[in-house]
Amino acid sequence: MVGVKLFRTWSSPFALRAVWALKIKGIDYETIFEDLSNKSPSLLQYNPVYKKVPVLVHNGKPIAESLIILEYIDETWKHAPLLPEDPHERATARFWAKFGDDKVLTSIWSVFIKQGKEQEEAMVPALENLKFLEEELKGKKFFGGETIGFVDLALGWLGNLISILEEIVGLKVVDGEKFPLLSAWMQDFADAPIIKDNWPPRDRMIVKFQALRDATIAAAAAAAAAATSK
Amino acid sequence: MLKNSFLCSSSRVSIASLTVVAMADEIILLDFWASHFGMRVRIALAEKGLKYEYREENLWNKSRLLLEMNPVHKKVPVLIHNGKPICESLMIVQYIDEVWKDKSPLLPSDPYQRAQARFWADYVDKKVPQLYHELGKKIWYTKGEEHEAGKKEFIECLKFFEGELGEKPYFGGENFGFEDVALVPLSCWFYTYESFGNFSVEDECPNLMAWAKRCGQKESVSSSLADPHKVHGFVMEMRKRLGID
Repeated sequence: MVGVKLFRTWSSPFALRAVWALKIKGIDYETIFEDLSNKSPSLLQYNPVYKKVPVLVHNGKPIAESLIILEYIDETWKHAPLLPEDPHERATARFWAKFGDDKVLTSIWSVFIKQGKEQEEAMVPALENLKFLEEELKGKKFFGGETIGFVDLALGWLGNLISILEEIVGLKVVDGEKFPLLSAWMQDFADAPIIKDNWPPRDRMIVKFQALRDATIAAAAAAAAAATSK
Repeated sequence: MLKNSFLCSSSRVSIASLTVVAMADEIILLDFWASHFGMRVRIALAEKGLKYEYREENLWNKSRLLLEMNPVHKKVPVLIHNGKPICESLMIVQYIDEVWKDKSPLLPSDPYQRAQARFWADYVDKKVPQLYHELGKKIWYTKGEEHEAGKKEFIECLKFFEGELGEKPYFGGENFGFEDVALVPLSCWFYTYESFGNFSVEDECPNLMAWAKRCGQKESVSSSLADPHKVHGFVMEMRKRLGID
């Protein structure tokens, strides 16, 4: 089997990273949309360890985990490089991409799925993490410098998902006054020609994430009730 | 004229290479002797034959240098190369592999194989907190049902690695590489898991044990891993502090 296939869902921010990277490199590929409640045999075969999207399949060989997919794309198609050449800059780029997933995403998600006092408390680490990103943007338009690079693609979900989550919970997390550089970056990234045509439909995203928040809060309440009644 | 030019260009080359040698000289590793993550970096540095200054951190009283060099996570290991910090062990190992690329490559050159190596190293990274903090603690600090549950799950994790390794000499195939560096520090903790868990890694996972011994025969690994008995002593000490013994 020759060619490039991308297994994704309509909403996965991780899959979008691969979509953007392939677009930047001008690579043609076939998209396979997965229904995660009914995963295809192909997905299970290509990603037996995690059974998740995205999975990139190139000439029949699968690569899973979005940041690893980005590096594979960058090393296979060497034009329009996503990662810098200098080893220290590469290490720094990998660091911020991972920080985005391990800390920024998890702390913002925590704010999103909580309420009241718990939500207030969850804001503290979320804002601290965003401050690190704000610092990192000093003197730069994008995290990659003048053009979009690896870290921008890794953090790109901020450019879209944040405003959706903020609308649902009625809370401003990335305040334009507290985070002027990050706010400007989110706008510049979201408006970039390569990026802006690929955002999933906003109204569908709001419905999906509202339902996710409601379900998570209900489950947490049920667990708390069960714990106290024991 | 030609002779002078030749001499001039030779001098320029020698000054350039002197500068390169001087620049490559300063490597400091901030680490903790029992750290799984720190051991990965020690192995990589040894594989490349690099001289460096090892600085032991007291994790309960971190140095100002550590907090300066890793303000985001405040964790070890941190590699400081000519004053510039690199954090996160797998990123440090990749950095070392990219800078000193002419000796003992740890990652393969083919992009697909590199992606596989990164995938498995990342998988190990995701498992490490569970192996040490969740399951390790159950095995070392608890008794009865919780202890047995921890032991069962730990052995299952090892069996998964056993399955992935199969008959191969190393996780990447014929040569010691990135995935092996990612996982092998766990092997100096085997003795501790075995004695508190009352099982044998060799009985449960013979291929994995053979792999650990094979890796241990490499100078870079044996000189980097903590002494298993010292590790055991460390856990005994932690048990005393927690009032378990």
